[in-house]
Amino acid sequence: MEEQKHTRKGWLYEPLFPDVNTWPIYKLTQERDEFLKEVKEAAFKAAKEQTKTNQGLNEELAKTYYLERIRLKTNAWAADKKDEGPFWEGVKKKLLKLSPENEKTPDLNEDNILESIIDRYTEEIAGFFSPSAYNFAKEATTFGFARLLNASEGKGISRFWKTRHNLHEKIRLQGDLDHIRTLAKKGTLVMVPTHFSNLDSIMIGWAIASLGLRPFLYGAGLNLFGIGILAFFMNKLGAYKVDRRKKNMIYLETLKAYSTIGMVRGCNSLFFPGGTRSRSGSIETKLKLGLLGTAMEAQRLNFLKDKEKATKIFVIPVVFNYNFVLEAPSLIDEHLKRTGQQHYFRENDDYSTSYKLAKFMLKFFTKSSEISISFGKCIDLFGNPVDNEGNSIGKNNEKIDISRYFMTNGAFTRDSQRDAEYTKMLGDEIVKRFHSESRVFASHAVAFVAFELIRKRYKKLDIYAVLRLPEEDQKLTYLEFTNGVSRLLDRLREMAANGEVHLYHELEIPEIDKVIETGIKNLGMYDAKRPLYKTKDDFIMSEDFNLLFFYHNRLEGYGLAKYI
Amino acid sequence: MDSQNTSDKLPVGVIGAGVFGTAVANLLAENRDVILYSRRPEVAENILVKRIHRGQKMSERIKPTSNIEELTSSCTLIFPVVSSSGFSEMIRTFSPYLRPDHILIHGTKGLDVRLKDGEKLTEKTFLNRKMVRTMSEIILQETEVMRVGCLAGPNLASEIALGQPAASVIASRFDEVIREGQRALRSSRFQVFGNHDITGVELAGVLKNVIAIASGALSGLGYGENARALLISRGMVEMVHIGKLMGGEPKAFFGLAGVGDLIATCSSEKSRNFTVGFRLAKGEKIEDILSSMDEVAEGVNTVKVTHAFIHSAKTRAPMTETIYKCLFSGMTVKEGVDYLMNLPLGTDLDYFS
Repeated sequence: MEEQKHTRKGWLYEPLFPDVNTWPIYKLTQERDEFLKEVKEAAFKAAKEQTKTNQGLNEELAKTYYLERIRLKTNAWAADKKDEGPFWEGVKKKLLKLSPENEKTPDLNEDNILESIIDRYTEEIAGFFSPSAYNFAKEATTFGFARLLNASEGKGISRFWKTRHNLHEKIRLQGDLDHIRTLAKKGTLVMVPTHFSNLDSIMIGWAIASLGLRPFLYGAGLNLFGIGILAFFMNKLGAYKVDRRKKNMIYLETLKAYSTIGMVRGCNSLFFPGGTRSRSGSIETKLKLGLLGTAMEAQRLNFLKDKEKATKIFVIPVVFNYNFVLEAPSLIDEHLKRTGQQHYFRENDDYSTSYKLAKFMLKFFTKSSEISISFGKCIDLFGNPVDNEGNSIGKNNEKIDISRYFMTNGAFTRDSQRDAEYTKMLGDEIVKRFHSESRVFASHAVAFVAFELIRKRYKKLDIYAVLRLPEEDQKLTYLEFTNGVSRLLDRLREMAANGEVHLYHELEIPEIDKVIETGIKNLGMYDAKRPLYKTKDDFIMSEDFNLLFFYHNRLEGYGLAKYI
Repeated sequence: MDSQNTSDKLPVGVIGAGVFGTAVANLLAENRDVILYSRRPEVAENILVKRIHRGQKMSERIKPTSNIEELTSSCTLIFPVVSSSGFSEMIRTFSPYLRPDHILIHGTKGLDVRLKDGEKLTEKTFLNRKMVRTMSEIILQETEVMRVGCLAGPNLASEIALGQPAASVIASRFDEVIREGQRALRSSRFQVFGNHDITGVELAGVLKNVIAIASGALSGLGYGENARALLISRGMVEMVHIGKLMGGEPKAFFGLAGVGDLIATCSSEKSRNFTVGFRLAKGEKIEDILSSMDEVAEGVNTVKVTHAFIHSAKTRAPMTETIYKCLFSGMTVKEGVDYLMNLPLGTDLDYFS
């Protein structure tokens, strides 16, 4: 495997744009008033368009008030502002004044109530960007990562400097990284990673810095802003606040407007299109299209404004490849509860539901195991590949003008239904690329085979019954297991040759025993109970079948079961 | 939503000057200028000079051409109406000329099968859904066009040519495609409905041709309306069953493009698929029937494709299987009817469960 070079400071690449004053994300803070004004206008327009009539808007405002009251009463958070109660009381009073039996109050109408709500939401969502906080965070992450590594491998102070080098051996950034850097100079980047672990957010931030890219605009859960030190940083790193409790249309439109205008103003953006962490452990197959749609809208606005000189938006699917997911026990538990309902009983409950961030990192860095972050090929918003100049390349291998997708009869048109369909198609393409860009680890392969072999043995049982089988019935002979792994590897190699998936270097080893050994060793190495182990008398067994199921799911969606 | 009035000034394109293509061109010409493409220059020339083609009088607003670029550069809305056997080749030829702002609404009721080079479709061929493409899937896979629609419904070309009232469905994921199609096609004698389930509508239009062959066969045997009603209603069940397997929503089958088209084709001697069944029942050989027809009976190929597909999917579809045997493995139509009449009884309707 190719050695990855790195800069003096421990990054893979030098920064592309050293001057912070050229960073669009910093400009959002510098030109904050103007930026937020644009956001408010766009949100207002969108809300008006959706409600159509005054009557419709009135009903929407009443609904919003109602939902917000419920939220305040039943689900208050530390991060909530103190004056929420009075504000919504005020909205109620104004709405009452507007009811037909009351006389008209001058200067009071649905539009200004809408404006006041959007104002409030926008101010709440908006983040700040501070270059010094960013640099501090950047250095702190590397330093922290390095120190943790040091703790595991360090003997003598001289190791300290080497650890930066080791970091890139431990966390592999894979894919056409140069292409991404080239395109970073040509347009706006949108990164869409898979989401398995809380670690992802830190990893991707570190990876972006290591690639020398300008920081990305991203949304972070409002709940995180209630936690002291975390809040301090997130507030200054350009993160905007996303409140998952608020599902009313006005809030969602304001959020979308913030993201859209951010991108129109040239900010690179990051979304986890799966929405939340994958509960089952499988690669996302259904995406949340809301934020992805804002990229589509931003691209349309760019074309409308600047025609052929418009800034293009490039999408980069990113896949995290882990040997373990620290939250795996609680994630799979939630998944089974959700899908199984009464079929699923938790047998014992010895896992804590939340892991502390620090414990998290420490565990990861002090055990030797690799992470690979694979960056997929850049595509435009219509799924076409993009050359080094940023041109979209069509099916006939010629440059194509994608601005025409927003045209009808030769003129730019606005059609949200059309753009929503484009977004769905983009979502399908991203899902496809998640699967093909994914790196299969030995641990994924052994988990998949072991679970499928057991499942095959008990064809008549549903998944919940299989999971509850007594340990002695979940026993595999080493021979049948090896044969299964070998059949899986044959199929995976075939698929890799067709570009349908990537194999991590450890799977290239011809000796199957070695592959199995690596896989079993790495699989869920942090979990209290081993998902898979080999007994002294050569049987393959599991201490925690739910976990095995979780890790097995990573290879779901490839149609592999029939090859085992 | 901004509406555009410029669209009324742009001509609309039609690809394929067969009977249905010509009828569509004439319909469009009631609203707009039309450019009608025929692959063969002599056909275009002939239309230009005689103004009569395929027995239809051609509107003055139709300009025939055999130059691809002339059509693609002047039209953004294009209706490809060629036989399914020539469809993918036609699309590949057009592909370099098609741009992201083109809207394609096809009127072809057939399926395309992708096999390995040199492989032929037989009874034993394994076919999964990826290998069977609807016409809109061909367009999406082979061109830059994303805004795709299909035109389906009880549209017997000869009746449309006579100016009789009729209606059609335009199905597309895009409202815009439906809207543009409606604006171009609608007239006081031609209604156009919209539907978002393009796969369902395409499949309904495709699968009904199989039942139409059977309907012709019943007539050929001299059977009357009881038999036909039995065929049509049981045929629907089978269409929905296969349609669902191929990714269509059952709902589409109960609209104009499904049951509407089914009734029209199953009752009409003007339908080519009906004619195939009719002559088959009279004892003619399938090769002789096909070689004597000047346009393709899509149902014959559809029977082959769906037969291999249901076989590969390890399911049953007794009507399709029987029609396949009558067409290709020497079963007589009479034997086919006897076989179906002696099947164990199932439930009447089960696709809502």
